[in-house]
Amino acid sequence: MFDLLGIPPQALFGQLLLGLINGSFYAMLSLGLAIIFGLLNIINFTHGAQYMMGAFVAWMLLNYLGIPYWGALILVPVIVGATGVVIERLLISRLYHLDHLYGLLLTFGLALIITGLFRNQYGISGLPYGMPSQLAGGQNLGFMFLPNYRGWVVLVSLVVCLGTWFVIEKTRLGAYLRAATENPTMVGAFGINVPRLITLTYGFGVALAAFAGVLAAPIYAVNPNMGADLIIVVFAVVVIGGMGSILGSIVTGFGLGLIEGLTRVFYPEGSAVVIFVIMAIVLLVKPAGLFGRAA
Amino acid sequence: MADAALAAKPAAPPAVTPLLRVEGLQGWYGESHVLHGVNFEVGEGEVVTLLGRNGAGKTTTLKAVMGILSKRSGSVAFGGRETIRLPSRAIARMGIAYCPEERAIFSSLSVEENLMLPPEVRPGGLSVAQVFELFPNLKERLSSQGTKLSGGEQQMLAIGRILRTGARLLLLDEPTEGLAPVIVQQIGRTIARLKDEGFTIVLVEQNFHFAASVADRHYVVEQGRVIDTIPNGELNANIDKLHAYLGV
Repeated sequence: MFDLLGIPPQALFGQLLLGLINGSFYAMLSLGLAIIFGLLNIINFTHGAQYMMGAFVAWMLLNYLGIPYWGALILVPVIVGATGVVIERLLISRLYHLDHLYGLLLTFGLALIITGLFRNQYGISGLPYGMPSQLAGGQNLGFMFLPNYRGWVVLVSLVVCLGTWFVIEKTRLGAYLRAATENPTMVGAFGINVPRLITLTYGFGVALAAFAGVLAAPIYAVNPNMGADLIIVVFAVVVIGGMGSILGSIVTGFGLGLIEGLTRVFYPEGSAVVIFVIMAIVLLVKPAGLFGRAA
Repeated sequence: MADAALAAKPAAPPAVTPLLRVEGLQGWYGESHVLHGVNFEVGEGEVVTLLGRNGAGKTTTLKAVMGILSKRSGSVAFGGRETIRLPSRAIARMGIAYCPEERAIFSSLSVEENLMLPPEVRPGGLSVAQVFELFPNLKERLSSQGTKLSGGEQQMLAIGRILRTGARLLLLDEPTEGLAPVIVQQIGRTIARLKDEGFTIVLVEQNFHFAASVADRHYVVEQGRVIDTIPNGELNANIDKLHAYLGV
């Protein structure tokens, strides 16, 4: 078959697919972070731990209760989202009148506690989580082999991201959310329950992370450190896209996943740092991020 | 007897239970004590103004009534119900709506979304068609970004969106500030029309010629207190006093 710049197409497209998969997780996680940051003004450092909790709760549902993947896909976001609601009501809501730094410290501390608890209970070697049988196997596309599950991950995360974007940008609820992000006092003075809106928003952002965790479980091993490894890259994605920008976080998430994949083909040594190099350049040229509005 | 008293002293507020009664209202911005016991009343269907110099506490009074001044004490009764301890969302649900001086049009919302944002709190608000009848400009710009409108159009949007909600008492903070005379006239006609429709309005104004053209009564605010009450009919007789109050 044909070669591109001396790279066999199997390798190129394989890496692009891998990039797209990573991009799916970047997009879902940075989207949740962006929504939470927009309304709560808190950088949710617990996000990685909540993604990890998603994978673990899926594993627990399967191993303790016999609930398979498809049930977990629905139940896990609800369960982990509910823990987010409790965390917001009990802890985070007490910090809104303080500097952002306190929210960051609190959520960072929570991430350490949650990760530590899981590490204590389950160790760090990782637990296997089987792929749903309906999505086993793959398609030969001629130029590459596409495993069904990976195609599913890209597809479903695109749908979830675009669905979230639609709700925020095009519905009445989304208008409340955007308005409360700009001026919560005024939205409250219209009779809207802003504290409840904030709680539900945090719960939704956490549920999104947990959903990503379930999607990740069959691909990566279920491991207490899986969130910590990913979240640093996701923060870089958020910075590049622009804090609080919804569409920006989606486009940047998928885009950077692809760029990372391409780098792995053409300059493998740089693939681990390419996102951070881009982040540094974006910070120098456009500090508000590619899609962010200057403060 | 009562009639004679009223005739002799027409400045007295209406004898019936006022829609809004503010008594001994104190308010703080952080540590700074801004309101030192504000007293005034507004009857159903009345338009009253709060006049006074910059920094007298007029805007703060509106914010305290609306419940968005977090530290406040004293009494604010709306329709006989005390609101001083309620959050602003509960006060809004009782039928009070606020149009702030800075208009607070949301830049991430279109004109239509801005207009439709405040939920209906009671039946009896204006329909969207009636809002467009008052402010035809808005209809042309529905899909524009809210903050892309001119200052006058933003003011119309800020007033229009609270007319839909069914609120009976409107708190309008300097609706004419910085607007061209022709727009000021349009806002004035709108306020007169709203009064005809039975809305009760508290208006904060610096422009007292405008205030005189729309209001039933004027409360003069100075250093966080209401220091005088002037019925609109006696404005001319009190013009020197008022000039002294306002420093014009």
